[in-house]
Amino acid sequence: MALLEIRGLNKSYQDHRVLTNIDFTVETGEFLSVIGPSGAGKSTLLRCINRLVEADSGEILFNGENILTLGRKSLRKERANIGMIFQHYNLVPRLTVIENVLHGRFGYKSTLQGMFGIFSEEEKERAFYLLEKLGIAEHAYKRCDQLSGGQQQRVGICRALIQDPKLILCDEPIASLDPHSSKVIMDYLKSITEEMGITCIVNLHQVEVAQSYSHRIIGLNKGHLVFNGPNRQLDTHHIGEVYGMDTRELITV
Amino acid sequence: MLTDQKRLSRKWQHLFLLIIVCCFTWLSIEMVQFDFYQSLLAIPTAGLWMVENLWITADTWREFPDIMLKLVETILMSVAATTIAAFISFFLGISGSTTTRRNGLMAGLSRGIASVARNIPVVAWALILLLSFGQNSLTGFLALFVGTVGFLTRAFMETIDEVGLKPFEALTATGATYFQVISKAVIPQALPQMLSWMLFMIETNIRSATLVGILTGTGIGYTFDLYYKTLNYEAVALVTLLIILTVIAIELTSNRIRKVIL
Repeated sequence: MALLEIRGLNKSYQDHRVLTNIDFTVETGEFLSVIGPSGAGKSTLLRCINRLVEADSGEILFNGENILTLGRKSLRKERANIGMIFQHYNLVPRLTVIENVLHGRFGYKSTLQGMFGIFSEEEKERAFYLLEKLGIAEHAYKRCDQLSGGQQQRVGICRALIQDPKLILCDEPIASLDPHSSKVIMDYLKSITEEMGITCIVNLHQVEVAQSYSHRIIGLNKGHLVFNGPNRQLDTHHIGEVYGMDTRELITV
Repeated sequence: MLTDQKRLSRKWQHLFLLIIVCCFTWLSIEMVQFDFYQSLLAIPTAGLWMVENLWITADTWREFPDIMLKLVETILMSVAATTIAAFISFFLGISGSTTTRRNGLMAGLSRGIASVARNIPVVAWALILLLSFGQNSLTGFLALFVGTVGFLTRAFMETIDEVGLKPFEALTATGATYFQVISKAVIPQALPQMLSWMLFMIETNIRSATLVGILTGTGIGYTFDLYYKTLNYEAVALVTLLIILTVIAIELTSNRIRKVIL
């Protein structure tokens, strides 16, 4: 059974249609990239999956459950199973690295435990283990706003991983990073899929990056799914279709 | 790109606007028969009067303990009104902010309260409340309180919108509950700026308290009014001096606090 199955998904803001009749499935352990021009609906698609944005119609089956019809409590439980990484990291800048990582446990805690920041020894050890793994353990007690972009994104990854998610959604994780940090982050994401078997869906602007890292690529254009296939199948003709222009007019390196 | 012709026409537009503003100024001066030249001439005479009359003498210092008592009362009232207002505004701000609002009704209500409270000047509040509460310190307190709730709610809503959106989204995505997100993402990020706004309002309210005091017959404003009406200008000067010193002292203190928390 597929981990995630999206059927006939539609979303519009007022009169503007953002997503039209999107259908695709994602298997467990897959690394899937979503490409497309700005405004194609990539971010909206990702946010519909964990319902940060409410879809208009369609079905999103995650683990066999329709996400779109869940009540507040079960939605919370499913969200805990889905990690998310953002272009601007979306950490709490004034709090320390370790505090930010532990935020990833809130989905499993009662409101009061969360509000008073009560975490078990096991959770704290796990947080340090993850920081160690991503090479930022030495910064654990620094405030996040003192870290570089690449380091902050690694904190973001730790926060997602401590959720023990089955799926991680990455919304343009490298769009604000320099080329070296971008490679570091993409390598980490790839190893998460390979070593931990966690499925990743990554929104990307860079076609080359999508081709070299993912198993499969989905192309969006103006809210329509125009490509869905293994990364090898994405040739210049398809790229032209996704971006609505000739490949010669694009920087694809 | 602007073409040369467009740029030229824009220049003319600016000149045209300037002429209109000048016409308005001239017209309004004519209508109220305000004589700018005469007012300029009056400045030296007024200055001379101040130097002659507002002169603190040794006698004046006998009033010092009384004045200080009232001054401290005024400061405490401003602090109390501001902090209690900040507490209320905190909740109104959270329920009214576009990032953290939960339902439209509460959000609309918060925004409504804030805008009514803010758009009526503190002095007008003082006069309105004077009718129902009479001449006592409660009236002064309430006038400052209402104005402060209006201002701080607005400021808090904007602070939350500015700093809270991204962490709010991220923590919601982890499956955190609403109150977890508020207490661990929004408050840590917004609190320093909120405190800064509160300190600003304490300064502002100490200044307003003087004026409100004249109207409601309380605090330092009443003392000022009393000396003024009994023609004790030396004491008026002392009161004014002490108010200025207090405001400067409060401003310096709050700047220092700000440096520590931000």
